[in-house]
Amino acid sequence: MFVTQAFAQAENAEGDAIHLPPSDEAAAAHGETVHVEGEHGVFPPFNSEFYASQVFWLAITFAIFYVVLKKTVLPRIGGIIENRRERIALDLEAAGRMKSEADAAQAAYEQELAEARAGSHKIAQDARDAAKADATRERASIEADLDARLEAAQARIGEIKRQALADVGTIAEEAAETILRDVAGLDVSRDDVARAVAAERV
Amino acid sequence: MTEGFENLAADPTDPTHQFQIFRIVPIHIGNLDLSFTNSSLFMVLTVAVASAFLYFTTGGRSLVPSRMQSVSELSYEFIANMLRDATGTAGMRFFPFVFALFMFVLVANLFGMVPYFFTITSHLIVTFALAVLVIGVVVVYGLMKHGTHFFGIFVPSGVPAVLIPLVAVIEVISFLSRPVSLSVRLFANMLAGHITLKVFAGFVVSLSALGALGIGGAILPLIMTVALTALEFLVAALQAYVFAVLTCMYLNDAIHPGH
Repeated sequence: MFVTQAFAQAENAEGDAIHLPPSDEAAAAHGETVHVEGEHGVFPPFNSEFYASQVFWLAITFAIFYVVLKKTVLPRIGGIIENRRERIALDLEAAGRMKSEADAAQAAYEQELAEARAGSHKIAQDARDAAKADATRERASIEADLDARLEAAQARIGEIKRQALADVGTIAEEAAETILRDVAGLDVSRDDVARAVAAERV
Repeated sequence: MTEGFENLAADPTDPTHQFQIFRIVPIHIGNLDLSFTNSSLFMVLTVAVASAFLYFTTGGRSLVPSRMQSVSELSYEFIANMLRDATGTAGMRFFPFVFALFMFVLVANLFGMVPYFFTITSHLIVTFALAVLVIGVVVVYGLMKHGTHFFGIFVPSGVPAVLIPLVAVIEVISFLSRPVSLSVRLFANMLAGHITLKVFAGFVVSLSALGALGIGGAILPLIMTVALTALEFLVAALQAYVFAVLTCMYLNDAIHPGH
């Protein structure tokens, strides 16, 4: 009996030493058990024992997180996005500039093409005109030449004709004389025959 | 520390065990217990993983982003657009704050989906601290920027003079309930989701211990567990989004108090 009481007292002293609430004698006697009960009996999220610790560590970790994000991470991500946006804008601008350049080049090309076409048309027309003029001139000269030769030929024909006609008189005279002499037996002078032939021919 | 891990493994079907906090490095300053706990460990992990992901995926600064870089860029632009839509360009000074809140809650929620990981947002004090931080920023910035004009948010325009005291009281109550609703929404979603998940997963364990028939019967809760896991991933992302959206709306009150 005495031993048990002393043991209880010793436990009591031990309980006081770890600052358990001394109000309940029985609870103090089973100090360790009460402590564990207190920890496990309460629904954990409403256990106020760790409130201070949770708020304290939340403040520290969240503050560090905030500072890390604000100083390092967010400026970096923001920079990446901003950089990309600028790059896209620049690229679009460059593309627009190149397109207008291409349009201008095409317009210049088309104008040049039109000029070249007009030039070639003119050259072709000139060549055609020149060729036509040449041909006309050549034809004129050839025609003149042919006319001249035709005239010359006609002149010669006329000459030959006259010659031939002149010869006809002589032949007629000779024939008439021969006839007169051989058939009629008349000796007629040549001059008379010639007169008579000339008289007949006219 | 080892005691805590043993506790975790002690009862595989107890749905509240996953929310148990235990000390890893006991730290006592005065009467305050600022011990480094498993909750603190996962806060540190959340911040470290989120920062490292954002930092290293954007290291290339590629003009054409890699897959991971575009994840970081998408989250950046997502939050930036959300904040700009809600508050206009004047609100962009809070962008690092809103982005940090969103990423912290999102990564913390998603971390909670990994088996044996602690879900820091399943504790009301954490979500309440974040909500108070948001409302604190709103009030402090509103008063700094607009002075007493800031209290105009309690007096909606176009209300008859007779009704103004009544409406103002309602507005004040609704303003004061914002940190509560903001924190309870996130906390309750995470807590309830994880408990439900654990209960159904616990059914699988208990039933399959009953022999062949039990294993056959465990298929149903197993399907449920798989479906709930998908749902919880959705909730994890959705609640981070909701937290960020509401933060943006509250910040809008601080930036443009007249409404």
